[in-house]
Amino acid sequence: MLEQIESNRRRSALIVVVMGVLLVSVGLSLGMFLTNDQGGAILGGAAALGVWMVMWLFARFQGDNALLQMAGAREIAKGDHPQLFNIVEEMTIAAGLPHMPRVFIVDDPAPNAFAVGRDPTKAAVAVTIGLLQILDRDELQGVVAHEIAHIKNRDVALMTTAGIMLGAIVLLADIGTRAMWFGGGARRSRDDNNQGGGQAISALVAIVLLVLSPILAQLIYFALSRRREYLADASGAAFTRWPEGLASALQKLGSSRTPQADQSRVTAPMYIVRPLAPGQHRNFTAALSTHPPLEERIRILRAMGKTADFAAYDRAYQQVAGGHVIGRRTLAESKPVETHAPEPIAADFVPPQPTARLREASDAYLAGAGYVRLRCPSCQALLKIPPQRQGRLNRCPRCGGQLPNAPRAAG
Amino acid sequence: MGLGIGELAIGAAIVLVAIAAIYFIAIYNNLVRQRNETRNAWAQIDVQLRRRHDLIPNLVESVKGYATHEKSTLDAVVQARNQAVSAKGPAASGEAEGLLGAALGKLFALAEAYPDLKANQNFLALQEELASTENKISFARQYYNDAATRYNNAREVFPANLIAGSFEPAELFEITVAAQREAPQVKLS
Repeated sequence: MLEQIESNRRRSALIVVVMGVLLVSVGLSLGMFLTNDQGGAILGGAAALGVWMVMWLFARFQGDNALLQMAGAREIAKGDHPQLFNIVEEMTIAAGLPHMPRVFIVDDPAPNAFAVGRDPTKAAVAVTIGLLQILDRDELQGVVAHEIAHIKNRDVALMTTAGIMLGAIVLLADIGTRAMWFGGGARRSRDDNNQGGGQAISALVAIVLLVLSPILAQLIYFALSRRREYLADASGAAFTRWPEGLASALQKLGSSRTPQADQSRVTAPMYIVRPLAPGQHRNFTAALSTHPPLEERIRILRAMGKTADFAAYDRAYQQVAGGHVIGRRTLAESKPVETHAPEPIAADFVPPQPTARLREASDAYLAGAGYVRLRCPSCQALLKIPPQRQGRLNRCPRCGGQLPNAPRAAG
Repeated sequence: MGLGIGELAIGAAIVLVAIAAIYFIAIYNNLVRQRNETRNAWAQIDVQLRRRHDLIPNLVESVKGYATHEKSTLDAVVQARNQAVSAKGPAASGEAEGLLGAALGKLFALAEAYPDLKANQNFLALQEELASTENKISFARQYYNDAATRYNNAREVFPANLIAGSFEPAELFEITVAAQREAPQVKLS
């Protein structure tokens, strides 16, 4: 996936530059429009440049944490959910990443997953409780492999930069709109007529930029989005040696009708499947702006047959969608690899029920959120105590019995 | 304008030599990078193999309490583990790990006969750990073999093979599945 890594690097740089130019022009024309002289325009441009610098630095050093927080993700430790942790570690090894990404759980019943990070040494994978509930181990492995592939291909680096920069544009456009409604009208009354023409032009430019900026930001997103999902699917199949795991996971994700809490325009393109709005059904065949049609992704994975390499994915893509999707250099390096069915842990291993998986997942999330578990000595009720009550709870809320010690989370 | 033909020729030769030198430095650096990647990949396998070896004494301990009559199977696991620990190099450890895998398979098959053991939390946790460690070994092997093949190819192609003398080829790592080799020896009597 060398081509993808290079193209992502180029595009990240391009986004930073284009956003900079865009912000500075918005700043210049806003300054011109509001103060109506050159000094004001330069001031506006300089302010925009400052905003751009801050945003860029923020995207670079805090972008991953900001996006994780926006999605409501909590970091977990190995003991909280050993299976998920193990799977992330397995896929880190299969992909040859230099560092294992941090693992997060999102408190959301809608099954979905995403990854963020600046580069492969500083990345994170987040899955929802709903995902852990409905997928078995092999399917979960497929989804995690897809996310790790995004990290390895530098898709997440691009997404993190684009996400924060998009947020900046949207914010600035909002501020500009308000300034125009409330500032522009008042000024017109005391203006002399000499500069009317110049003012009209700069007002026009300001309006055009204000209207254009969110659209442009969105357009950049569209340009980034589609192909990377196919490439991550191809890498996911190659890492796990088991395309059926990911195919069956995508099928389950597509059939779910649970709407997702996170409806942010900024975080939407990061997810493995597009977040579902309340009352919406998933259309398997629709090519949505940010995600290729699910049905096609599943059919390509299933058309790979008994091979799991990049060339096999490209053949399957050609058969289902037509054309090539994998870069030429990667194809030249790809050698045939057979699929390898994951082995069950023991001969008659019974997979855990969805309810048991749900309990395990939500317990892991609560542990990540700092809850402490304590069994009441008198009524045997298992208490999960939130951080703000820790150290203050002396009586069992169920039976009123004395609790042995006021518990606190470690650390 | 004082440059004669001879001076131009010397200049051209210097430029050519410089280009060739830069080219070979690039090839050399690429070989070094690939060799390091192969070594790192092997180190990762090593980490996981050690992890597997460390888990086995715990497993044997937790089985012992329940399956008291299965001493020979447990001893076989312990013995296979000790052999795997002392094996050196990809070929030898591949074979020892294959034997260890077979012995573990027998142990897990035997656990089916002990419902108490199968319900034991500690045993279940160990089972997930061991299964995941086996996965990690096979993914690490997958990555190592890919890296080793890439490296071997890079050092064999022209013109890299002219300077690849100091780069030793990497050995691939295959875990021999003991069960497959033993299968034909079954006698019907």
